[in-house]
Amino acid sequence: MSRPQEFRTGDTPLPDIVILTHKLAREYDMGSEVVRALRGVDLQIRRNEYVAVMGPSGSGKSTLMNLIGCLDTPTAGEYWLNGQKVSDLADDDLARIRNKEIGFVFQTFNLLPRATALHNVELPLIYAGLASRERRDKAAQALTRVGLGDRMDHKPNELSGGQRQRVAIARALVNNPSILLADEPTGNLDSTTSQEIMQVFGDLHRQGQTVVMVTHEADIAAHAARVVTLRDGLIATDQLKAA
Amino acid sequence: MQLRVQKLKSGFALIGVFIGVSFLIGAWSIVNGVNAYMTDKFAGTLVGVNTFHLRKRPNFTPNVTDSTWRAWARRPRITFEDANAVSAAMDLPVLTAWWSEDRGDVQYGLKKVSQVSLNGATTQYFDIRNIKIEEGRPFTTQEDKAGVSVVVLGHDLSDRLFEGVDPLGKYIHVKGLPYRVIGIAERRGNLFGISLDKFVVAPALSPIQREVNPPGVIDALMVKANSEPEMRQAMEEAEAVMRSRRHLRPRQDDNFALETSEGVLDFWGKIERILMIFGPGLVLISLVVGGIVIMNIMLMAVAERTREIGIRKSLGARRRDILRQFLAESVTIAVIGAALGIGAGICISILLNVATPLPATVAPSSIMLGIVVGGGVGVVAGVYPAMRAARLDPIAALRQE
Repeated sequence: MSRPQEFRTGDTPLPDIVILTHKLAREYDMGSEVVRALRGVDLQIRRNEYVAVMGPSGSGKSTLMNLIGCLDTPTAGEYWLNGQKVSDLADDDLARIRNKEIGFVFQTFNLLPRATALHNVELPLIYAGLASRERRDKAAQALTRVGLGDRMDHKPNELSGGQRQRVAIARALVNNPSILLADEPTGNLDSTTSQEIMQVFGDLHRQGQTVVMVTHEADIAAHAARVVTLRDGLIATDQLKAA
Repeated sequence: MQLRVQKLKSGFALIGVFIGVSFLIGAWSIVNGVNAYMTDKFAGTLVGVNTFHLRKRPNFTPNVTDSTWRAWARRPRITFEDANAVSAAMDLPVLTAWWSEDRGDVQYGLKKVSQVSLNGATTQYFDIRNIKIEEGRPFTTQEDKAGVSVVVLGHDLSDRLFEGVDPLGKYIHVKGLPYRVIGIAERRGNLFGISLDKFVVAPALSPIQREVNPPGVIDALMVKANSEPEMRQAMEEAEAVMRSRRHLRPRQDDNFALETSEGVLDFWGKIERILMIFGPGLVLISLVVGGIVIMNIMLMAVAERTREIGIRKSLGARRRDILRQFLAESVTIAVIGAALGIGAGICISILLNVATPLPATVAPSSIMLGIVVGGGVGVVAGVYPAMRAARLDPIAALRQE
């Protein structure tokens, strides 16, 4: 894989670049002082890459994750997602991007506790405006894809941690997003289950899914094909693993 | 989904609207009922249809100032001569009767009933008042003219004085004087819980006249015409006769009163207007309280479900989706409360129908209003919490435990 070309302000990214950040910065005004969480990150991720973002706490990886996930907007710099400049979009447009382009997998699963697995997976489709029958079919399909076809009517507290995370993955995939964005996806799982979940991620990547994963565990990051390390709000290392 | 889980809290919120709407429906149906009652029964019973009373002063008089009252008190009374002159001057076919009333004790043997309506009247009184005789007979014109001591008893009074005894032909005592019972009137029921069957009617010229009025004076001359226009005409005739008898100059006001059932209804109209001002006020207060309760419950719900809102936002829910979700919840609570309130209001109205003489009816428009008002409260109370929910920052919301 060759190095991506230099990006300058005013350019548009090449079509196979899913994620492009240019001098991306995020500052937090804490009243007495301004915290510079990101100080100008340049990152390009191609379609069907499997990238792990690492870094010690305070390195800015959560901030980067929030920006990539369109949950937050940068104070400076550009962010292009799937050929669209999203760094200056408004709230509701970002919601649409999150719905269509991004599938989140969280450390704490973030399932609605009182809804069934099926309904949890249906949620993004509700906000995409799909009819209920179509939603049901797609959600059932996604759950089957992660091996939970027989657990659709279970509520989260009737499922194991690994199963919950699979439900979350099914929910992330149900809208066919451009990127699967995982934040410490194995942080709340034991090592055996973690391996299973990493297996699922690996399978998805092989099926063509772009995966971006934030983690601080080196053995989890080892599953990725490319490891980006952040330090003090800047990219410290960016290593491609030999295939 | 959340509503069913948070039953208790939703229940509390529900109660606010419930009280408001049940009060709305209940109060409305009471006003409707009282209205129907006043128009059909009260006015009809007290004055009569197409009937007017010539009196010294109006009988049903709300909010009279002291000076008016003193002026009325100074008016001359209606005399036998006045009554005769007016009756004689009537061109139209009308029924006329003298009528005087007081309250007092009635005795039969050792039994005594207090606070009986004692009436001195002429024969057509029974027709004008629509009092039917169940047993015996009314008094005749001869008895009337001669002032014979005979009486017709109301049904209740008869039952209480003559348990198991045939009252006809027996003598009762009114203020010490004996009267022969010649008739028992049909049962007439009650008005505001007061029995309409606790009365005696004796000829106006019988000794009862001394008990009910000073000599030569009556309370009222009752005149009943066949129709409303004829009654109006008869009233004009009566007014003309009375003005000439009293030697009133054109600019002077009448110093007597011609009272119709309209006059009574006027009085009710005033009460109704007061109810119509205070009723909605009370409804408003309970709805505002209900709205505040709903708002608080919704604010609590938003606080408790911050994480859920964060999750939904991360999955692509726009502000308006979250807004809609919470508004729908508060409107659902409010509308359920309103529906229950309508049910309770209908129950109140049915209960009133059964337990009281008021023919309380639930107007369909009040049901519609109840639903609309309930839903409105839900929207108004839900907007602020829903907006807070919609504006939550997804990152902060997701971080919430």
